[in-house]
Amino acid sequence: MKKFDRERVLLAVAGPVIALVVAMTLTSIVLVASGKNPVEPYTLMFEQATFSDVQVLIINQASMYYIAALAVAIGFRMNLFNIGVDGQYQLAAMMAAIVGAHVALPAALQIPLLILTAVFTGMFWSGIAGVLKVTRGVSEVVATIMLNAIATSVIGYLWLPNVFGVKVGNNNTTGEMHESGWMPGIDMGAAGEIYGFVVIAVLLGIGYWIVLNRTRFGFDLRSSGASETAAAASGVDPKRMVLTAMLLSGGLAGMAGLPILLGDTHTYSLNFPTGIGFLGIGIALLGRNNPTGIAFAALLWAWLDKASPELDFHDYDKEIAVIMQGLIVLSVVVSYEAVREWGLRRQQRRVGAELAAGHVLGAPSDNSIEKEVAGR
Amino acid sequence: MRRVSRLALAGAATTSLALALTACGGTSTSASSEADGNQGLAIAYDVGGKGDQSFNDAAYAGLEQAEKEFGYETTDVEPTEGETDADKTQRLVSLAKQGYNPVVGVGYAYATAVKEAAEKYPDTTFGIVDDSTIEAENVADLVFSEEQASYLAGVAAAKSTKTNTVGFVGGVDIPLIHKFEAGFKQGVADTNPKVKVLSQYLTQTAEEGGFSSPDKGKTAAESQIEKKADVVYQAAGLSGQGVIEAAAANKVWAIGVDSDQYKQEALAKYKNHILTSATKDVAKAVYNLAKSVEDGKPETGIVRGDLKAGQVGLADSNPEFKNNTELQEAITTAKEKIISGEIKVKTS
Repeated sequence: MKKFDRERVLLAVAGPVIALVVAMTLTSIVLVASGKNPVEPYTLMFEQATFSDVQVLIINQASMYYIAALAVAIGFRMNLFNIGVDGQYQLAAMMAAIVGAHVALPAALQIPLLILTAVFTGMFWSGIAGVLKVTRGVSEVVATIMLNAIATSVIGYLWLPNVFGVKVGNNNTTGEMHESGWMPGIDMGAAGEIYGFVVIAVLLGIGYWIVLNRTRFGFDLRSSGASETAAAASGVDPKRMVLTAMLLSGGLAGMAGLPILLGDTHTYSLNFPTGIGFLGIGIALLGRNNPTGIAFAALLWAWLDKASPELDFHDYDKEIAVIMQGLIVLSVVVSYEAVREWGLRRQQRRVGAELAAGHVLGAPSDNSIEKEVAGR
Repeated sequence: MRRVSRLALAGAATTSLALALTACGGTSTSASSEADGNQGLAIAYDVGGKGDQSFNDAAYAGLEQAEKEFGYETTDVEPTEGETDADKTQRLVSLAKQGYNPVVGVGYAYATAVKEAAEKYPDTTFGIVDDSTIEAENVADLVFSEEQASYLAGVAAAKSTKTNTVGFVGGVDIPLIHKFEAGFKQGVADTNPKVKVLSQYLTQTAEEGGFSSPDKGKTAAESQIEKKADVVYQAAGLSGQGVIEAAAANKVWAIGVDSDQYKQEALAKYKNHILTSATKDVAKAVYNLAKSVEDGKPETGIVRGDLKAGQVGLADSNPEFKNNTELQEAITTAKEKIISGEIKVKTS
């Protein structure tokens, strides 16, 4: 009998909107304080968003942020903090690049093979932290941070010329992948090409929603996150849940680097973007672990990234965007808490008012009683 | 029913958002630019950016000289963290669009970007520092024989050590820095095979701060000095300041890199402990490229700065180093042998 709940939507949207407004205001204050025009940077950045080539850049970048944030979010839903997304996607992308350079199958097999390689590498890496947590009680935060550092060293080792490395000029690469592993993109003419993996990113978002909200596993996962003891009492094995959630998170993380690997660089080199896993944490937070919310958050982040370089050419510092990203994360945390408390108080007041009016608590009001009965 | 509709909504929202966004607008490069026709040299920095007291700053010095001499407008742009090749391409294209010529990417990371931007703007000259893989009519690959200067630094170190132990601190474990290490080791070994070289890299990737963390450089140098190293050579960008600081604090020699670090204001406190610097004249290379464009005969292909051309070498601003005749003789002999080709310096 859950109908479209205005209250819930209001509360869900209020958090990020307040955070954005606060962050923009604070950024403007910073601009005024440094003697600059507080509005022009925004107009410049909005103008950038109307150019189709910048839009392509934004969407491509957002696809990577999106997958990384989904990986973080799946952990969040279960109260697991997977900080290791960064190491997981880098290692996974590298393994996929290596397989892509040494195995040549037809495209219909090659691309799935590369995706599976990345997924399993990510799973393996996060699985280590998962196993440590369920068998030895090691905090997954500590374990995944350590694994990030180890991943960098493993990557350094794999780059050695006598292992899988191929030196191109002063750059380390893993050699160019066979062409059958290049994922065709959506050609936008002069604006560039949207990575084909963007479609998969969207599918992953839908899959994430279905698994979490429409399967028994998703219910177990969410309930373990809400209260581990309660979930255990109702027959959910907490250890199994921790391990599966970690593996799922790592598997998703493994795909975060694939959009650019399969769509553009076709090799894992020193230029491969890093830090996406950490950005994913902020984006998952901003998107409230909700696939649609995360999509908006990822696009917002990518827009700030891609529109800000233009500021350099107009006597503003592009670091304004970085300041803003930092402020958004900060105010998101504060505003979500504030909105939650505000919502609670509102609810209490309403309950109080209904009690004072002589209604029985929980009884449906007015004429919806019949419907309720029919619903049973 | 409801299940399907909400599901459809979630999916549709994400896809339509993506599609709707791309549906409108021309490209930023086709939009009108505000060029006033007086644009000259532009440089785009690598990670670390301006203020690293070595590599990037050297490029900026070249830019300043060009600006003064040719009286045109110049610009320099810094990168963002964790950016992709597409961002770098966008940056270079943006500069070319505004009319800057030549446009120089500082650092091998710009290789792909320079290649793509050069295809889009065939009338603009592009330069790339530290990369020789791009072959195009309008691209000049500005590369240096760092190993040759490092070899000389190795000779100087081997001649100056009393403990028969010297140290090498590299910023990031990448092929470019391996050239410094290889040259240095060979120089030490050819001069005095009894001298031991301690070698350490600060980080595996540039993102971890190998080129930008003086504290990391300091710790690494201190541990080498503890193991009796009394000459420490650093190729670590901004992190090298920490190496020099540690050397000065322990009263041992440091050897600088890229710029003549004895002369740098930020390091003036420690200059009495800077024996010499293995210079790499990025400034000259950048300036030369700008000059060639100004003269109407733009450089193209691989432009190598080596000992012969005087674009790498050892700085002799420290009088204690300059007036040490035995040391100078050894260095001069080594230098002649390298130039004549009698000594081949390894690059890895």
